[in-house]
Amino acid sequence: MPVPETLEFFVDPGRCIGCQSCIQACAECDTHKGQSMIQLDYLDRGRSTQTLPVICMHCDSPTCAEVCPSDAIKRAEDGVVQTARKPRCIACNNCVLACPFGVPKMNTRMNLMMKCDMCYDRTSVGLKPMCASVCPSQALAFGTRQEIAKNRPNSKAANTFRFGAQTIRTKVNVLVPANAAPELIDVTAAMYEPTIGHDMLESVFGGKGEAGA
Amino acid sequence: MSDSSEGSGSDARRLRPTPGLDLAVIREFGPFRAYASDIRVDSGVTPDKRVKTHCCFCGQQCGLELKVKDNTVIGIEPWYDFPFNRGMLCPKGVKRYLQQAHPDRLLHAYEKDTSRASGFRQLGYDDAVRRVAEAIERIQREHGPDAFAILSGASLTTEKTYLMGKFAHMCLRTANIDYNGRLCMVSAGAGNKKAFGVDRAANPWSDILGAEVVLVAGANVAECAPITTNYIWQAREQGAKVIVVDPRITPLARTCDLFLPVKPGRDTALFNGILQLMIENDWVDHDFIEAHTVGFDALAEQVREWTPRKTAEVTGIAENSIRQAAEWWGSAKTSFLLHARGIEHHSHGVQNVLSTINIVLASGRIGRPSCGYATITGQANGQGGREHGQKCDQLPGGRDLANPEHRAHVAKVWGIDAVDLPQPGVDAYEIMRKAERGEIRGLLSICFNPVVSLPDNNFVRAALEKLDFFVAIDFFMSETSRYADVVLPGSLQEEDEGTVTQTEGRIVRINKAVDCPGEAREDWRIIQDIAKALGRERGFTFDNPGQMFDELRVASKGGVCDYSGVTYERIEQNFGVFWPCPSDMPEGVKAVGPQGTPRLFEPGSWNPVAKGAGPFYFPDGKAHFNPTPYVGPAEDVDEAYPIILTTGRVVSQFLSGNQTRRIGPLVDNYPEPRVELHPRLAARLGIADGDWTFVESRRGNCTLRASVVTTIRPDTVFIPYHWGGRKSANQLTISAQDPISKIPEFKVCAVRVVKADGAPEYALLLESQQ
Repeated sequence: MPVPETLEFFVDPGRCIGCQSCIQACAECDTHKGQSMIQLDYLDRGRSTQTLPVICMHCDSPTCAEVCPSDAIKRAEDGVVQTARKPRCIACNNCVLACPFGVPKMNTRMNLMMKCDMCYDRTSVGLKPMCASVCPSQALAFGTRQEIAKNRPNSKAANTFRFGAQTIRTKVNVLVPANAAPELIDVTAAMYEPTIGHDMLESVFGGKGEAGA
Repeated sequence: MSDSSEGSGSDARRLRPTPGLDLAVIREFGPFRAYASDIRVDSGVTPDKRVKTHCCFCGQQCGLELKVKDNTVIGIEPWYDFPFNRGMLCPKGVKRYLQQAHPDRLLHAYEKDTSRASGFRQLGYDDAVRRVAEAIERIQREHGPDAFAILSGASLTTEKTYLMGKFAHMCLRTANIDYNGRLCMVSAGAGNKKAFGVDRAANPWSDILGAEVVLVAGANVAECAPITTNYIWQAREQGAKVIVVDPRITPLARTCDLFLPVKPGRDTALFNGILQLMIENDWVDHDFIEAHTVGFDALAEQVREWTPRKTAEVTGIAENSIRQAAEWWGSAKTSFLLHARGIEHHSHGVQNVLSTINIVLASGRIGRPSCGYATITGQANGQGGREHGQKCDQLPGGRDLANPEHRAHVAKVWGIDAVDLPQPGVDAYEIMRKAERGEIRGLLSICFNPVVSLPDNNFVRAALEKLDFFVAIDFFMSETSRYADVVLPGSLQEEDEGTVTQTEGRIVRINKAVDCPGEAREDWRIIQDIAKALGRERGFTFDNPGQMFDELRVASKGGVCDYSGVTYERIEQNFGVFWPCPSDMPEGVKAVGPQGTPRLFEPGSWNPVAKGAGPFYFPDGKAHFNPTPYVGPAEDVDEAYPIILTTGRVVSQFLSGNQTRRIGPLVDNYPEPRVELHPRLAARLGIADGDWTFVESRRGNCTLRASVVTTIRPDTVFIPYHWGGRKSANQLTISAQDPISKIPEFKVCAVRVVKADGAPEYALLLESQQ
């Protein structure tokens, strides 16, 4: 059964609190119990508490599948890019190196690439994926586009990304400020922008001289 | 206690190794990290059952389902229908199941045995109970009933907390019972009773939505009450301005609209300053103040001195930020104010709480939709655990041990003479002081790990060592249980049933998922077994928690915390019931709805104190403004100790860590405590990120790695307190207490910080969680 077309995945980095609930819940998914497919990092802990969860974006033309020499990675008709098929995966690491989002992980013990399949056992029967179910701040959200539009009026969904010369469309959406100008996110350019929260820091602790006096 | 065991007891005390480096006991009892394995990672396993219950950790009490196979909890499933969290869980909730069937689990009773390296040997359950009863009998005979004390906890079900109070007051007749909510909810409780006459969140969390301003003071919501984040941020999506008061830029503060980086210990000054601006600009609700409150004029006079300039000087917050906060708060139509331990853990914690309530009452925004106020409870039963008689001055139903009418009511329910009830006893820290002075000779502790969680814990250790007899009921060998003469194996939350009352005042059902392993017992059975061994089993012959709950309903009837109309069925049918929920109302007064009373203080509402005179719980039905003169912290910085230490929590650990430091994935999330300091301070001290850093107060010291971050005030360092031994932040903290609530001042003391010479001894000997 396919994932219902009306239900979509939304990532809102502005809401992430870094609690790692998604990582813990991912390891509870029945298809890869004990292993998490999610990466969560501080962007710059020295200067901000901003964190970012990285889940599989489920690309329309998945680079991981394109570079796979053994055709082990399939994209289903509903747009979910499946984890590598065990009989075909030769653990060559091509996908791990090629994915622009850095998602696939090599399980060296099993000689198998593993990645998120959007909790297929859950989403195909209308349930939310584990990570989006538990996320306490709903930085990871799964629902209809109408719900998101209603509940997050200050954001809009984007699913087109530019990495240098490569443009990628994804099944998973990222929520960006509603007033953000471009319809596509230039990831390479964004790498040189400061972490969110710096301006606040300056106004809070900056220019007050030596504290503790 | 026999002569021989008394001898070995004192030997054990003499031979005890450095606290926290007692490797033999750690080797036998942990904490070790558990990970999912075997049946828990086998995808082919179908659970025998899925049990709807709640998380065992914090006061949010998120609904979840436990998946059970062969008496093992193999995982969790979100419970999407439970309205508070709708499936959402923090990492502790997701991994809580790994505490069950844990290799460290106590399966037997133990007694002290110095001939064994770990200091303990197994003991038959019945023999252990007999030893406990003999010790209680002997100590009380020789030194009086009050010489045996009880420490209880607010992670227990309400049924158990009721039983603990009854056990102390009726069976042991000791005045000295107190609980670990003394470190948690008592400042908020005392403040709420002084202002409103009742101690409960005034509103359900759904009222956060629709608020124009959400003010969060001293609450690291994203880490300590993660689910509340979504409520606050959903309010923000709908236009709310979020104001955060905290010395650290917490994950919630990162995107707030206004951040007020208060200097630790100066909260009263801030709220006095905000109130003064509200008065000056006429941002107060005169009609509400006139009709529903007393004491405003005296308060207005008292805060007059708190000009923005003076407030800024004392609090360390920019004057324009204070003005902005007052304007947003003052001119809002709807609002919600939340606070937690950040303003409560002070030697003037009650004043801090009252100063926030004053700006709520002055705004008139309470008792209506989207107009709310609440403290965020800490422990699972942080609310229910402070209502039914395990506090040192309390009887069930929120009644007072010192009140003759209240004593008579409860004595009648218990079938005893009111003169046989003891008078109020002393608080948890004073119990330790009395133990250290030899006035308290025996102690029973359950659900409490004071060696980690009390301040100045070098003193706590010394106090425990002075006891003639100490019995701990525990499911894991906590740092405190290591000091016990007898350890009785109690129950995990999922091994018993009952109710707890979560942060909104909603009573929810805890359902049993698995049986106790080995010789472990449900805690209430252990207490009843001790009563029986003492030959005083009358009143302690319950067959199940439901019977205790039914007696509690009667005991609470007519009190402020009235549970008389609550049944297990009603809870299950309505996703919880909010107290007060009386079984019957006086003639002409409308009964509460199926869900009880989600929102307090609604216009025209009835309560047993005001009896219709007004919505607040005083005879005239009016709320009280309380004067809040500013008082600084008990120990301010000086030349010798020039830096402020504040303590708190991280998201993946819970309280003293007796459970969460045994759950591998949670330990990996944040393995050991680090001392957080600002780069400006770090530069002055020559400390780089990751350096071993020596932090010392007048009471103790510890060596931890530094975390150099710009997200903290440059005059303050922060250490999370979940670890024991030489990693414990509470070696440094001060035992100064609030004069009213007796809460300790965990949030401010003075320290000096230097770069350490090298790694501490423990770094080579212990795993991170030990």
